[in-house]
Amino acid sequence: MSTITAEARLSSRAAARAHSAVRRRRYLSNAGTLVLSAALVVWTLAPIYNMVLISLEPEGDVFTDHIWPRVASVESFWGVLTQGHWYLEHFWHQFANSLYIGVMVTFFALLFGSLTSFAIGRMRLRHGWLVSNAALLTYVIPASFLAIPFYRIMQNYGLANNPWSVIAALVAFATPYAIFVFQEYGRSIPIEVDESARIDGASPVQVYLRIYLPLMAPALVAVGTYALLLAWNEYLYQFLLLSSKSSMTVPVALAQFLSSDQSPWNYMMATAIIYALPPIAIYYAFRRRMTAGLTMGGVKG
Amino acid sequence: MAWAIAFVIPYAVVFSAFVVYPIAYGLWMARDPSLYRDLIANPLYAQTVVNTVLYVGLGVNVKMFLALLLSGFFMRRRWWITALLPIFILPWALPAIPAFVSFHWMLIGEEGLVDSLLSALFGIQGPLWFTDRRLALGSNIVAHIWKWLPFWTLTFFAARTAIPQEIYEAADVDGASGFRRFAHIVLPLLGNLYLVCTLLSTLWTIGDFTTVALVSGGAPSYSTNVLATLGYYYAFDAAQPTLGIAVVMSALPVLIPIAIILMRTLHTREVQL
Repeated sequence: MSTITAEARLSSRAAARAHSAVRRRRYLSNAGTLVLSAALVVWTLAPIYNMVLISLEPEGDVFTDHIWPRVASVESFWGVLTQGHWYLEHFWHQFANSLYIGVMVTFFALLFGSLTSFAIGRMRLRHGWLVSNAALLTYVIPASFLAIPFYRIMQNYGLANNPWSVIAALVAFATPYAIFVFQEYGRSIPIEVDESARIDGASPVQVYLRIYLPLMAPALVAVGTYALLLAWNEYLYQFLLLSSKSSMTVPVALAQFLSSDQSPWNYMMATAIIYALPPIAIYYAFRRRMTAGLTMGGVKG
Repeated sequence: MAWAIAFVIPYAVVFSAFVVYPIAYGLWMARDPSLYRDLIANPLYAQTVVNTVLYVGLGVNVKMFLALLLSGFFMRRRWWITALLPIFILPWALPAIPAFVSFHWMLIGEEGLVDSLLSALFGIQGPLWFTDRRLALGSNIVAHIWKWLPFWTLTFFAARTAIPQEIYEAADVDGASGFRRFAHIVLPLLGNLYLVCTLLSTLWTIGDFTTVALVSGGAPSYSTNVLATLGYYYAFDAAQPTLGIAVVMSALPVLIPIAIILMRTLHTREVQL
């Protein structure tokens, strides 16, 4: 009798010890992830904090080695929004140029990409795989390497300082990805849908407009976001091709600040932050669809 | 069939006019073999090749390995890790130009945020980041990793969530955890994806212009240029466009094999997962 209770007591003590070991391990692992999380927050936010810090400095007081804003002044943001500094005279015009290029690139990349993938995937164009493989070759030579011949060509065409030169380059660069994602996504839509519409007398254009595009909506959103952000983030081609006052975009204007040592850095950082807000909003709005686009596109594994 | 061809024509025109033609034009501009002899004899070019190898080799591999590890970290179910994810993807969402301009000013010297922090927290005088070649090159690499780590982490994260939970549970029953789980489940299942992503990232990073142009700007004295920025410098600042195009075209013997391996790996990807 007494041996049994002793045994039971022993085993319960062992269980408690094991339990506390598990708890200790859990506690340590939680502490570890907390420390790593904190480190990641600092790593991620440091450059962004730096932007905010500089943008909040009153004019002429930038770079006086401190790590907190001493007098937080939002005058720079106000200056950007009201174009109140001679560096920023054309801010809204430049912003509109950036937006125009982004919207046009998105529209044409989606249009050309969906037309091509429709012809290859749904109409079974003979040797269509050649087209989609050739399109992917675009990515073998990085866009920055083609900037020099592209600049020459655009000068010969008389398209320097014309937003369409940048739109053409970016459409050429975004469309292969569009074709690729549309092809992958299109496989999930049964071809019988098209065929029955065809039997009912729908023309290829009608099938494309009424059946293909609506069914492809999720892929269109994912690729459209990609193209819009590609255009918004692009720097080199805009810098090379759009240098006149009327054609300049915000990234080129930002680079202009860098060309002088006496630039108003608080205004530059305020411009940079305002310019960064729309893409950040889009990322957070479409975050789930973007990763869905990633997994349905090439990097599926 | 006529319709199908008509549907392909718009893209075919764009592809010929704005991809094939510039490539052909570039190759034609850089056709003179003496350009490449000049380049090989040029110490600035040799240094740029070394920089590019370091920038791409370190930048891509450190970034991809960290992304693979971090994607596992984000799989843990703790509220602070879930809350961290939207903050963590900020660098990806932020346009490159503001981000790299900020990196440049953060490291500008004793007035920059990093050296200010060093002096405020530890009372030490930070280095002048852009006067030392190794520090400047390192700054470019860190900025590159900062910008692109979230993208690849999310990619691996998406792939990890596609691994059926039962596999982990079966491994748990068999007593495999931690490193063994990583080596026997995650690596075999994600290995192919990891290779594809590394190759893709290598292609993109070889052509990266913005990071180096804005963070170090090639400083000190052109010693941290990569091929893309040196090509730009020759073509537009030194008015030697043919030499500039020769600089970037000299990367083709590396780019083409990577692209071929990438295409082959993509075609076999159905095997995995």
